[in-house]
Amino acid sequence: MRTSTKTYSGWGRVKRATGHVARPEKPDEIDITAPAIGNCRSYGDASLNTDGTAIDTTWMDRILHFDAKTGQVTVEAGMQIGALARIFAGRGWIPAVMPGTGFATIGGCIAHDVHGKNHHIHGSFGQHVVKLTLLQNGVRKTVSPKSNKELFAATVGGLGQTGVIVQAVLQLMPCAGDVMMVTEQRADGWDEFVALLDASVATYTVGWIDATATGDTLGRGILEEAELGRGIVPDSKQAKSVPFNAPNFALSAPIVKLFNAAYFRRVPERGRTSVKPIGDFFFPLDKIHDWNRLYGKRGFHQFQCVVPVERAPALREMLRMIAASGLASPLAVLKRMGAGSAGMMSFPMDGYTLAVDFPNKDGAEPLIRTLIDKTAEIGGRVYLAKDALATGDQIKPMYPNHAKWIKAVTKADPDGAMETDIIRRLNLRTPL
Amino acid sequence: MNQTWIILGASSAIARAFCRELAERGDAMVLAGRRKDDLDATATDLKARGASAVDVVLFDARDPSSFDAVIDTVDGVEGLISAAVFVGSMPTQEAIDADPTLIDGTVFDSFTGPAHFLTQLAPKMEERGGGTIVGVGSVAGDRGRLGNYVYGAAKAGFATYLQGLRNRMGREGVHVMTVKPGPVDTPMTFGMDDLPFMAQPETVARDIMRGVERKRNVIYTAKIWWVIMMVIRSIPEAIFKKLSI
Ligand SMILES: Cc1cc2nc3c(=O)[nH]c(=O)nc-3n(C[C@H](O)[C@H](O)[C@H](O)COP(=O)(O)OP(=O)(O)OC[C@H]3O[C@@H](n4cnc5c(N)ncnc54)[C@H](O)[C@@H]3O)c2cc1C
Repeated sequence: MRTSTKTYSGWGRVKRATGHVARPEKPDEIDITAPAIGNCRSYGDASLNTDGTAIDTTWMDRILHFDAKTGQVTVEAGMQIGALARIFAGRGWIPAVMPGTGFATIGGCIAHDVHGKNHHIHGSFGQHVVKLTLLQNGVRKTVSPKSNKELFAATVGGLGQTGVIVQAVLQLMPCAGDVMMVTEQRADGWDEFVALLDASVATYTVGWIDATATGDTLGRGILEEAELGRGIVPDSKQAKSVPFNAPNFALSAPIVKLFNAAYFRRVPERGRTSVKPIGDFFFPLDKIHDWNRLYGKRGFHQFQCVVPVERAPALREMLRMIAASGLASPLAVLKRMGAGSAGMMSFPMDGYTLAVDFPNKDGAEPLIRTLIDKTAEIGGRVYLAKDALATGDQIKPMYPNHAKWIKAVTKADPDGAMETDIIRRLNLRTPL
Repeated sequence: MNQTWIILGASSAIARAFCRELAERGDAMVLAGRRKDDLDATATDLKARGASAVDVVLFDARDPSSFDAVIDTVDGVEGLISAAVFVGSMPTQEAIDADPTLIDGTVFDSFTGPAHFLTQLAPKMEERGGGTIVGVGSVAGDRGRLGNYVYGAAKAGFATYLQGLRNRMGREGVHVMTVKPGPVDTPMTFGMDDLPFMAQPETVARDIMRGVERKRNVIYTAKIWWVIMMVIRSIPEAIFKKLSI
């Protein structure tokens, strides 16, 4: 198979790799054993293979079968989740779980067992995968939770280590229509925010949090609750792209503080309800292509952790550290997470999840390292789809099924041919 | 009203993107190409994306005996028929210099095969008094250049053919549009380094769709190639022959 030598990066643009990339159009063109990558929407180095070869799966994106009675759809792994939603929502079916970007591929959604704004109700992506087809050393293998439980659980959330996922059967969820009814509400501080999250009965919830607010306003934000429905809304505007790297001052502390305050007040004190196209609700950032370039040449990090429910006060303390540092960008999210997960290395667990973006300025990396330590101390977990800084010693104890996963992966790929940069950085395929 | 499109060279990356545009509008398609199993998979995909009907027929630009079967598929079809031609082949100039017989295949794929096919189809479209023919050429056809002048010559021949066809078919309400893409990111160009102003197949497909809606005669895609080729065409031959661009 023809490959091209490329320098490519994770979404955060801090981690980069130079290596060979193959880009098959059809699974039967694949004649090499190498890790698969999707659309490189992982922030760190999960989708990088320095000096090696990676199989870019994004051109394998056909719908192979759809059963309108059961709502099961068979797709090639490079299909983008946003395209799937767009195609089927108008016909009464929607992917049961969608991450915050529609550009993630189905393969990427499986390999990180992604979660969406309905995680507390519908669980993780892998729980809606009926079966998948793995390509291991040129051999195709069908894997389902029934037929091959171990391999399935090692593949879902398994960072591509068990083989190339070439296709998958997904159970879509029935939906009334392709319009969202969204209610936004202000939370004036941490306690109120947590109370609102706990009390929410909406199918989809997400909280924007002002990670620069300190003192009395610490933890203030906006809770969004939404339901799918039927209706007609104008198409959202065509996506724009960012033509250049932004200058450094764009995300300086005073500007972010001002922006956040305005963003907070945008929602009236007594809240509001509006109607949006699904894409605007699920993938708000996709409207600006390459928005990661707004962070300039040095790129940015996202820190995302989940902590057990009873450790909410410790999470508040972490947020206090973040706010005090003045390093956060406006993108910060607080959410209630359920227990649902489908893989041995899946991120989700019952608790609260906090995600904060940081421009890669001096001080950001040490702060994130401290936050990772805090997460470990309180029995939380750091999300590998976002991480670029942790060490294996920090990560391994967070994942209780790590040892089982190593066993399954070693069996599936004894020679380590599927290893990527994140695996090497964390030494993830060897026990603690 | 929805129409039926005959797509020649339906496995190509640009055709695939174009067909997805058609599918979202609910049009019907006849996919014509050389790989049946692959086209069958594409047909399923297009139906799932909203195409009202998709047929698959074997077609080889170098084998005119395969043309009838393609044209027969539209005989029973109601409504307007349109056709889009995405076939063509581009061996490197070095390969051609080493083996001049490659010229025949290149001209067949990029010019005479499609021209033969369209000439055969033309009366059927004229009968129906409407529809569109989209012919994909190349900026390479605008001027003979060191790097690929055989391919360029074939595409130039096709462009001139389309010009004439436009002149003829316009009288019967059939619109003929010539598309001249610059380099496009496809499996054919993947791994070639540093092609300038490379366009994505989706962008090309969208440009074609817009051109069809606005009944444009000739479009360049990416649009910048219109300017670039205007400049390149205007360089006097005495100077041009010494350049290697
Ligand atoms: C704006 C934004 C919002 C996001 N929001 C969320 C969110 O709400 N929830 C959430 O869970 N995540 C979220 N993410 C993270 C994102 O969903 C995941 O990183 C996802 O894996 C990206 O998919 P991708 O196709 O880009 O995969 P890549 O980043 O290219 O790859 C991710 C991993 O999957 C593996 N992989 C990819 N394809 C295959 C395949 N075919 N076979 C085997 N392995 C494969 C790779 O080896 C790698 O380990 C967000 C990311 C962004 C940029």
